[in-house]
Amino acid sequence: MDAVFKALADPSRRELLDRLRADNGQTLGELCARLAMTRQAVSKHLALLEEANLVATVRRGREKLHYLNPVPIHDIAERWIGKFERSRLQALSDMKQALEKRDG
Amino acid sequence: MAKPSFIYVTYIKTTPEKLWMALTDPALMKQYWFGMHQRAEWKAGAPWQLVFPDGRIADTGEVVEVDPPKRLVIKWRNEWKPELKAEGYSRCTMEIIQAGEIVRLTIIHEIDKPDSKLIEAVSGGWPKVLASLKSLLETGAALSGIDQLGKA
Repeated sequence: MDAVFKALADPSRRELLDRLRADNGQTLGELCARLAMTRQAVSKHLALLEEANLVATVRRGREKLHYLNPVPIHDIAERWIGKFERSRLQALSDMKQALEKRDG
Repeated sequence: MAKPSFIYVTYIKTTPEKLWMALTDPALMKQYWFGMHQRAEWKAGAPWQLVFPDGRIADTGEVVEVDPPKRLVIKWRNEWKPELKAEGYSRCTMEIIQAGEIVRLTIIHEIDKPDSKLIEAVSGGWPKVLASLKSLLETGAALSGIDQLGKA
């Protein structure tokens, strides 16, 4: 679990996860095209994310596709969020989203 | 197949053989899979079903590939929601790779269809199933509350 928190502690890596969340299964090239980071930096961040199991990859032909793997984050939620709290937290989260949307 | 919609990976402290058993044995499945189980003879070409706790059929399909304890591929179609059934067959690949003391389980569920509702539906369920499976194999107990989720 240390690797997960370490990987999540960096804003560039969180941005990469956001990009994959918006469009799962991107190649390194696709990810680089939309980010103000060098290919080398993106590649390094992806390796760290993969080590933490937050990104999973699959080869399709010559391409390596990157996927957001939510399993470790789910495990964190499972560990600290009790099953009885979940519906109340969901209600709070829904309310926050609705209110912020209206203001924006 | 088009590019997969998602890939889920989890690492479990167990052996490939035990994980294979958990993925294919109905009694074990019921403990971690929302009380559901797969009904199939595990050989290529055999019919396959995913069965709700009350005996209704959730999904049907066919066993495509069986290579114990490494790889299982299932052709998978929803049976209980007309709009999902209309999407036709998806393909679910389960892959087990030993990595030292632990085992890496990869789930790839894909369909030749952009914005598939079936994939959306199953993608929400997999992380919960995997967390519960991991807990069962590592501690001997599946996660509580997991049996509640299949009652739709």
